[in-house]
Amino acid sequence: MDVIESGIGELFQPPDPDGFREWVHTKKNTQMKDKVMAEHEAVSQFVQDGDYIGTELYGTVRAPMSLIREVVRQGKKHLRVAGQGIHEIDLLLAADLVDALDITYVAWEVYGISACPRRAVECGLVKTTDWSNGGITWRFKAAAMGVPFIPVRSMLGTDTLKYSAAKVVKDPFTDKPVCLIPALFMDVGLIHVHKADKCGNCRIEGISGFAHEMARASKKLIISTEEIVSTEEIRKYPEQTVIPYYLVDAVVKAKYGSHPGEMCYRYWRDGEHLQQFLKDSKDPAKTMTYLDKWVYGCKDHQQYINLVGMERLKKLESEIGGR
Amino acid sequence: MPDCNQTEFLICLASKLIEDRTTAFVGTGIPMLAAALAKRLHAPNLVSIFEFGGTGASLEKLPLGVGDSRTFHKAVAASGICDMMETAQRGFIEYGFLGGAQIDSYGNLNTTVIGQYWPPKVRLPGSGGANDVGSHCWKTIIIMRQHDTRRFVPKVDFITTPGYLTGPGAREKAGLPPNTGPYRVVTNLALMDFEPETRRMRLIATHPGVTKEQVIENTGFELPVADEVKTNPTPTDEELKILREKIDPERYYISK
Repeated sequence: MDVIESGIGELFQPPDPDGFREWVHTKKNTQMKDKVMAEHEAVSQFVQDGDYIGTELYGTVRAPMSLIREVVRQGKKHLRVAGQGIHEIDLLLAADLVDALDITYVAWEVYGISACPRRAVECGLVKTTDWSNGGITWRFKAAAMGVPFIPVRSMLGTDTLKYSAAKVVKDPFTDKPVCLIPALFMDVGLIHVHKADKCGNCRIEGISGFAHEMARASKKLIISTEEIVSTEEIRKYPEQTVIPYYLVDAVVKAKYGSHPGEMCYRYWRDGEHLQQFLKDSKDPAKTMTYLDKWVYGCKDHQQYINLVGMERLKKLESEIGGR
Repeated sequence: MPDCNQTEFLICLASKLIEDRTTAFVGTGIPMLAAALAKRLHAPNLVSIFEFGGTGASLEKLPLGVGDSRTFHKAVAASGICDMMETAQRGFIEYGFLGGAQIDSYGNLNTTVIGQYWPPKVRLPGSGGANDVGSHCWKTIIIMRQHDTRRFVPKVDFITTPGYLTGPGAREKAGLPPNTGPYRVVTNLALMDFEPETRRMRLIATHPGVTKEQVIENTGFELPVADEVKTNPTPTDEELKILREKIDPERYYISK
C-alpha cells in the first residue's frame, strides 16, 4: 500500500499487537476470583508512573471520578492520557501529572471551556496529538480487535489528520485514499459501571459509550461500581454483561463514584459543584484549593461522599428522572 | 428584529432546516435546541443521533451534554460511540450540526487552536465528534453565533473539520465520501449556502432589518450573493413559547 500522507503528531503509545497478545496470554486468566479491593490498593497496585491511561465515559457522565481522585492523591506522575475528557482530565492536569495527551475534546459542553487544559497546553507543559472522537474510539476498537490499525473515512483532508499520528494510504481494493488509525493499546483503563460482581463481570445501563472497546484495549483494567451483585445474578442475564471478568484486574465499590458527574437512572450531575470547579479553575491558586479540599483532603471516596453530604446526593438522585 | 434575542432567532431558523422523517447527528448546544424544537413542531419523526449512543430520544428534556441521560430518554436504542460513528460512516445520517471558532469560504471549520499548533496561542476544545460528523453526514448545517471578520476568515488557523477543503472535488480527492459536505451556514445575521460550481459560501437570506452590505462587511472573505436574497422568517409566537417554556426553561442556552 502506498502511503499518501503521514500525520506528524507524536504516537505516544505505538501499537504492539504481539506484545499485547503476550500480555493477555500470560496476565489474564479464567480464574473466577474475588478482585474486590479498596481504591487505594487498586490504584497503587495497577497504576504506575509513566503509564498510558484512559477513562470512560467522560467527566460529567459515568466517569470513574473516585478512581481519578485516588490517582491524584497517590500522585502518579508522567502519565500519558487519552483525552476525551472533562473533569477527570482537568484534575490530572491541575495536579501536574500528565506529560502527553491524545486529545479529542477537552471542554465542558454547556458550561464552556475549562482553564486547566488551556494553561497546560498553551504554556507547553503537556504535549498533544489531536484526533477526532471517532478516530480515538476506533483506535481502542483496533486494539480490542488485536490488529495494528483499522481503516476509516474520518479525518481525511484536514489538519486534524496532519497533526495526528494517522496515515493516509491508497486502499488496494477501491484505489481511493483511506485513513489508517493506529491501535491504542493502553496500560490502564479506568471504567465506572452500574453493577459488577466481585470477579469483575460488569453491567452498564443506558449508553455504553466506549466501555466495550476500552475494556478490551487495556492491559490493566480497574472497575469501580455503584453496586456489587452476586455472580448468580450475572449468570441469570449474561447478555447484559458488557465487560466479562477475565478483562478485569480490580473491582472497587464506589457508590456515587461518578460524582460530580451523573450516573443514568441513579443520580443527576451536580451542576453547582461542576460550575464552581470551572470558576475556580481560572485561578491556579483556587484550583489547588479545590484539590486540597476535595481530593487531598479526603482519605478515600467515603470521606469525599461525607464531604458532599447525603442531603445533596439524595437531591441528585431525585433529579435524575426515570425511564 | 422581532421580540426575541439573536440566539432564539438562530435556533428557530436552524430548526426549520430540518425535514421530518430524517436523521440528525446532534451536537452540544444550539443543535440540541434546534432538533428539540423541530421534533415538537414540523419534524415529529426526526431521529436524533447523539454521538455516545443515544438514538431516537424523545428530547422532552434538554440534554446538557452529548452523553447525558436525556440523550437516550425514551429512545429506541442506547448503544455506543462506535455504533453512532459507523452509522454515519455507512451513510445513514442526513444532517450534521456543527459550530466553530473560525470558518472559511469553503466551510472548513476550526475548533482546535488559534495560532500555531503547539504550543498554541489559544487551545480550543478540539474536534470532538465534529470531524466525523463533517466527514460522513450528507448535509452539514453550520451554526455560527457571531458573524464577524474574526470568525469568518480567509484562512482558518487549523482545519479541524472538512468543509469543501480547497474547492470542487477536493473532498472526494482526499478520500471523503462523495456528495457530502456543508449545506447551510446559519448566523446571527444571515443564512448562507454553497455555490454548486465553486463550493464557495453564498449569501441567500438575511434576517429582518439586516442588509446585504452588513453581512458582506462582517465576512472576512469575498461573499457571493444569490440573485434573489430572501428575508429569513421571524420566529412565531408558538416557536418562542415552546422554546422558552418547554425546551430551555432554565435558560441554559437561550439567555446567551
